Amino acid sequence: MSDTSSTNNKTEHRDSALVRFLRATEVDTRMLGMVGALVLIWVGFHYYGQIFNGFGAFLTPRNLWNLSVQTSSIAVMATGMVLVIVTRHIDLSAGSLLGVTAMIMGVVQVWVLPQYLGLEHPMIWVITVIVGILFGAMIGAFHGFLIAYLGIPAFIVTLGGLLIWRGSAWWVARGETIAPVDSTFALIGGGPYGTIGATGSWIVGILGCIGIVALLISGRRQRIRFQFPLRPIWAEWLIGVVGSGLVIGTVLVMNAYPWPKGIIKRYAAANNLEIPEGGIFISHGFAIPVLIAIAVGIFMTFLTTRTRFGRYVFAIGGNPEAAELAGINTKRMTMLIFALMGALVGISAVIASARLNSATNALGQLDELYVIAAAVIGGTSFAGGIGTIYGAMLGALVMQSLQSGMVLVGFDSAVQQIVVGCVLVLAVWLDTLYRKRSV
Amino acid sequence: MTSTYASANSDKPLVTMRDISIAFGGIKAVDHASVDLYPGEVVGLLGHNGAGKSTLIKILSGAYLRDTGEIHVSGELAQIANPRDAKTYGIETIYQTLALADNLDAAANLFLGRELRTRWGTLDDSAMESEARKVMGRLNPRFEKFKDPVKALSGGQRQSVAIARAILFNARILIMDEPTAALGPEETAQVADLILQLKKDGIGIFLISHDIEDVFELADRVTVMKNGRIVGTAKTADVSKDEVLGMIIAGKCPKGATAGPGAVEI
Repeated sequence: MSDTSSTNNKTEHRDSALVRFLRATEVDTRMLGMVGALVLIWVGFHYYGQIFNGFGAFLTPRNLWNLSVQTSSIAVMATGMVLVIVTRHIDLSAGSLLGVTAMIMGVVQVWVLPQYLGLEHPMIWVITVIVGILFGAMIGAFHGFLIAYLGIPAFIVTLGGLLIWRGSAWWVARGETIAPVDSTFALIGGGPYGTIGATGSWIVGILGCIGIVALLISGRRQRIRFQFPLRPIWAEWLIGVVGSGLVIGTVLVMNAYPWPKGIIKRYAAANNLEIPEGGIFISHGFAIPVLIAIAVGIFMTFLTTRTRFGRYVFAIGGNPEAAELAGINTKRMTMLIFALMGALVGISAVIASARLNSATNALGQLDELYVIAAAVIGGTSFAGGIGTIYGAMLGALVMQSLQSGMVLVGFDSAVQQIVVGCVLVLAVWLDTLYRKRSV
Repeated sequence: MTSTYASANSDKPLVTMRDISIAFGGIKAVDHASVDLYPGEVVGLLGHNGAGKSTLIKILSGAYLRDTGEIHVSGELAQIANPRDAKTYGIETIYQTLALADNLDAAANLFLGRELRTRWGTLDDSAMESEARKVMGRLNPRFEKFKDPVKALSGGQRQSVAIARAILFNARILIMDEPTAALGPEETAQVADLILQLKKDGIGIFLISHDIEDVFELADRVTVMKNGRIVGTAKTADVSKDEVLGMIIAGKCPKGATAGPGAVEI
C-alpha cells in the first residue's frame, strides 16, 4: 500500500501542471477538445466575415440565438442515435420518419381535429404531439422488432425505412403541403412568440446553476460516504464557477437578442400598448425548442448513466454475448432502443414542422446523415460500447455551427457539402488517434 | 449458510443432468449425456476440442436450450431456458472467454444483470463499487483499477473480475470453463487455492480443462467426453492419468470407471 502511494507521488511530480489539473478536475479531455473546436469555428467564421465581407455576423446574439434553435431538432435525434450506434446498430431512416410523422401530425391537427373540436381548440396541440411521438415510437419499435427478432441487419431495415417512410410522407397527403399548423403548436418551433422572454430565461438559468451546485455537493457526499478519493476543493469550486458562468453567459446572450421592430409593432397593437420613443426592448430569451432539447438531453443523460436500461445499452455495445449471458434480454433491449429513437424522431418532427409552420413531405431530408455525423463527431464509436449524450449534442452544435457559419459568410452549397464531409472524416480520424493514445 | 446446506445434503446430488442431447444443424454436439455433481465436490470435464463439454455446460448455464433431457437441481426438476433462470438456481459460470463487457468498469461487470439500486430505482454505483472493492480484495488484494474499463486490465486481473462475479452472489453450483487458460503460474495457483476454499464452503464445481494435470490435482471425479458422448466417469483416486488419456483419445473405459454410452466396446 505504502509502496503504491509513493510511486504515485513520484509520477505526479513528473506530470506537467496541465495533466495534474485535468486529473484533479476529472474533466473529459475529449469534451475540452470539442469545446475548443467549437470556439475555433465560431471565432473563425466571425473574423472571416469581418475581414472578407466587412462585418462579422457570427458572434452576434441574433446568430447565436438562431443557431440554438436550428440545432435543437438534430440534437434531440442525436441523443437517440447514440444509443443505436453504441449497440452497434445504425438508423438511416430518421429523416424520412421525421417527414412522415410531421405529415401525419399535419393531417391530424389541420384536417381531422378541427372537425371535431373546432379550430384552435386548446387540446389540438396536445393530441397532435402525443400522436406524433407515439407514431414515431411505434415505427421505431417495428424497426427494432425486425432487427432483433427477425435478424435483419439494422442497416437494411432502416435503409428500407429511408425509402418507405419518405414515400409514405408523400402519400399521406398526396404531396400537398399542410399549413398553417395550430398556433399553439407553432410555438414549439420557436420564433419570437415561441420564447420564454428575459425573466423566464433568468429563472431557467438560475435553476441550471442550482442544479450544477446540487450535483457537485451530492457527488461529493456520495464519495465521502464510501470513502472514495475526493476532488480537491478548489477543483469543485472551479467546476461550479465555470459551469454556472457558462449558464449565465448563455442566458445573457439569449436575452440580448430583441424582438424585431415589426413584431413589436404588431404585439403593441394587439395589446393596446404605446410604443415609447426609441422603441421597446423585448428579449427573445430561450426558445421553446431549445428548452425541449435541453430537457431531452438531461433525460437521456439520466437514462444512460443512472438506470439499468442505460447500463445494459453499454454492456450490449461492449460485448453482446456477455450481455446475453449475464441474463440481459438483448432482443427486447434492441426493440426498446429503436422505439426510443422513434419517439425522439417524433419530438424532432414536432419541432421541425412547428418551426416551418407547416408539414411538407420533404421535411427532414438528409437529417439522418447530420444526426449520425453529430453522434460520431461527439465521440460515439461505431465499434460499439462508447458514446455520450452531451458529446452528441455538442456534435450537433458543431455541425450546425459549420453549416450556418458557411451560409453566413456566403459559401455556396457545393462548398458547404464538401467542407461538412471533410470535417466528418477528419473528426473521426482525430478521435481514432485520441483513443489509441488514451487507452 | 452454504456449509450447513452441504452437510445436510451431502448424500443428495446438487445437480443431475440426465440424457441431455442437443444438435446444431444435424450435428449432435451432445448425445444422451448424463452427469451429476455433489455438494463440495469438483468434477473435472475432460475431452478434446469439440468433444461437447463446453456445450453440455452451456446447457446447464442456460446459454443453450437442450433438445431433450432433464436437469435436476437439489433433487427437483429445474426449468432452465436462459442464463437468468440458471442464476435463480444458484448456477454461476466463468466462461472461457470471460464474457466481460470490456467498455465497463469492474463493478459494472460484477453486477451486470443484477445491479444494486437506490431507493429511487436508479443505479447505486457507489454501493456497487464498494461491494466490488470487498470481493476483489479477497481475490486479488493488489487490484486498484476500479475506475478503468475492464479493457485496460491485465489477463489475470480480468480473470479475477470474472471469478469475482461468479462468487459474489453466493453460488451453489459453479461452472469454470478453462479458468486458468489465460493465467501465469502464480495466478493459476491462486485459482487452485480459491477452488479448494469454495469446495470447503460446500459449493459444487464443474471444472472444464484441457490440462489433465490441473484436473487431477483439483477434481474428485472426472467425466470424459468424446464426440458428444460420455466415455465414462471415475473417481480420480481410482484411475491413472494414462487411463484417463486413453479415455480422451481412444474412448477406452478402464476398470476403475463407470462406462457411458460413448465408451468403445473392446
